[in-house]
Amino acid sequence: MSQVSLGMPKIASYGSGNLFATEPFPQAAHRELANTQLRANLGHATRTIREKRIGVVSELPDWEELREAGSVLKQQVMADLPRLLVQLEENVTRRGGTVHWARDAQEANEIVTGLIRAEGATEVVKVKSMATQETGLNEYLEEQGIAAYETDLAELIVQLGHDKPSHILVPAIHKNRTEIRDIFLAGMAGVDPELTDDPRQLAMAARTHLRRKFLTAKVAVSGANFAIADSGTLAVVESEGNGRMCLTLPETLITVMGIEKLVPTFQDLEVFMALLPRSSTGERMNPYTSLWTGVTEGDGPQNFHLVLLDNGRTAALADEMGRSALHCIRCSACMNVCPVYERTGGHAYGSTYPGPIGAILSPLMTGIEAEENNSLPYASSLCGACFDACPVKINIPEILVHLRGKDVDAQHAKRKLPSQMDVGMTVAKVALSSGRNLGLAEKGLPLGKLAAGPDRLIKRLPGLAGGWTQSRDIPAPPAQSFRDWWKKEHVPTADTAAGTGENA
Amino acid sequence: MKIALFATCIVDAMFPRTAKATVTVLERLGHQVVFPAGQACCGQMHINSGYFDDALPVVANHVAAFSHGDYDVAVAPSASCVASVKHQQPMIARHCGDAALENRANAVGAKTYELSQLLVDVLGITDAAAQLGSYFPHTVTYHPSCHGMRLLRLGDRQLDLLRTVAGIDLRNLAEPDQCCGFGGTFSMKNADVSSAMLEDKVATIEASGAELCTGGDASCLLHIGGGLSRKGSGTATLHFAEILASTMAAPVSVSGEVEQLTGRGRS
Repeated sequence: MSQVSLGMPKIASYGSGNLFATEPFPQAAHRELANTQLRANLGHATRTIREKRIGVVSELPDWEELREAGSVLKQQVMADLPRLLVQLEENVTRRGGTVHWARDAQEANEIVTGLIRAEGATEVVKVKSMATQETGLNEYLEEQGIAAYETDLAELIVQLGHDKPSHILVPAIHKNRTEIRDIFLAGMAGVDPELTDDPRQLAMAARTHLRRKFLTAKVAVSGANFAIADSGTLAVVESEGNGRMCLTLPETLITVMGIEKLVPTFQDLEVFMALLPRSSTGERMNPYTSLWTGVTEGDGPQNFHLVLLDNGRTAALADEMGRSALHCIRCSACMNVCPVYERTGGHAYGSTYPGPIGAILSPLMTGIEAEENNSLPYASSLCGACFDACPVKINIPEILVHLRGKDVDAQHAKRKLPSQMDVGMTVAKVALSSGRNLGLAEKGLPLGKLAAGPDRLIKRLPGLAGGWTQSRDIPAPPAQSFRDWWKKEHVPTADTAAGTGENA
Repeated sequence: MKIALFATCIVDAMFPRTAKATVTVLERLGHQVVFPAGQACCGQMHINSGYFDDALPVVANHVAAFSHGDYDVAVAPSASCVASVKHQQPMIARHCGDAALENRANAVGAKTYELSQLLVDVLGITDAAAQLGSYFPHTVTYHPSCHGMRLLRLGDRQLDLLRTVAGIDLRNLAEPDQCCGFGGTFSMKNADVSSAMLEDKVATIEASGAELCTGGDASCLLHIGGGLSRKGSGTATLHFAEILASTMAAPVSVSGEVEQLTGRGRS
């Protein structure tokens, strides 16, 4: 991908809210790995979605062209963001909506609260939304005496269980049906005490509960998957129909949307509507796609507010190597193919955004120095499965490495004494920056052989290297390096060209 | 053809037999192999750990060692190191503001091939038994490494070569595209997750029923072999270059040195 200088913001405005890991990833992962139920659920679920995705993606002969189109469209959006945002605002306003601008999570929450209060409401229904999870809206509203009801089934389970989502698409992936029944019995008002863990019964209980909310709520809060700049149209893509209810029944609709969700024209939506369902749920098409433009008299909400959220997105945009993370359409394909995510689950990442995309997006939005977010870029073996699966071709492994570089520089700037890793890297630098030095270092190989002892295996090493030997042996090194053998013993076979082959 | 061997640091120091096998195969085809003596490492460990400044002299050394050499193509028995040479070395030069180094790194990268790429795409090998005399009467399963699959797009090149080795009994590996969990310093910094990934890889290798697991990256094989050894498994790891180098007249031993290298048969 070409790197074009776009004259991006120089002053980074970092995000706040639920974007932070509160403990180092290895520590969180250690705990989550011990949860065998979680690992089994995740392994099963991610494998199933993975296979479905591969099936529907392979049906399209032009899948790679679609990915390229999605990537280029998003590059164009990022290059032209200020103009497109103003265009969106003009069009939404022209069609009877009101646009608000929020610098960070706090501002967004305050704006939404003010709008709900202005309607005299004390409860709202919610459509599954990453942006409001990121700002911590539900918790904020609760503090302000406003009850927010999640209407997506999985989000409802998470909310009633006073839990956190562990996957952006299937937030309750870590719960099994017996646990869900218990959550419903404990937290759902008026639920049948005889409720079993039969999936149909569970769904019917949720349906009864939610219908009451849909019919009584005056205000709905949603996110948005896309916003079309040249028409002012918003789009929500969903599976259950709860979103459609929220977007059409209440009198007032408040949509909170990250500023990167723009597409320039209605036609551009076509590309993303082909990419998103296939990449997220492994479906050719999602069941419900709702599109609305401002306010339509006598049809649907008569008050529409759009809150445009920055919360660190301009900081990500200012990072030339990292800005393509903003292309993300929140499909979760990268999570479903990630061997790290599959084993640790989403909670280990701390932030609203887990998995490979979270490992780059969170530190880009908060700055690499924030809390424990500097451990996130290391939560990857760089296997590259996420890049291959990404429908908008975000080169996640490359950005992970870029952020590791930023972290090392940041650590060096604030640390007086070198870390164990620093020392190791300095020694390695000397050994690996000339053939002569490496040759000298290799003279020590017999020492390793000695250390390995009679069973010719190194089973325990100190410090960082102890991470290796916790589950892996190291074979005793050979008595002679290749370099040494080549110099002393290699004889080219007769039928190859003459010469020693040395060319220093 | 004059072929410059990039042994890679890990093979040079830990698995010289893999580099020797590479030389054997290429010389058997009548090519001249040269070993640029200044070579050391591609710099991947420093780069992937975020130590870009420390990576620079390592990268510069590799580019220098392979810039003024008189050779037609360079080859390495490692997809990961070749990917680093092709993609990461120019990136580091650019990051450090050295445009001249970036240009030279790109030139070196363009001439550098992973072993199966060289054999299949450049040297036209389609039948290892017929063209290389490869003979290896053992049960083998094959793990395609991530960087070979996804950075170099090797496809089935390594596997196709293995399929045409005389006497080989290739066993299917379940979920072959799953990472073994190595990831360089990831295996130490995130040792728990890495170990959980390795555990699953080792389980699928054992379930294949093969006596050996082969692949194209010594680092992944060191990792997998280390896990098999710790488990006391009867399965060992072996680089595919050694399988290709094995002939009926000079078979590669799988009971001697391999056992020592990987701990096969020990518990």
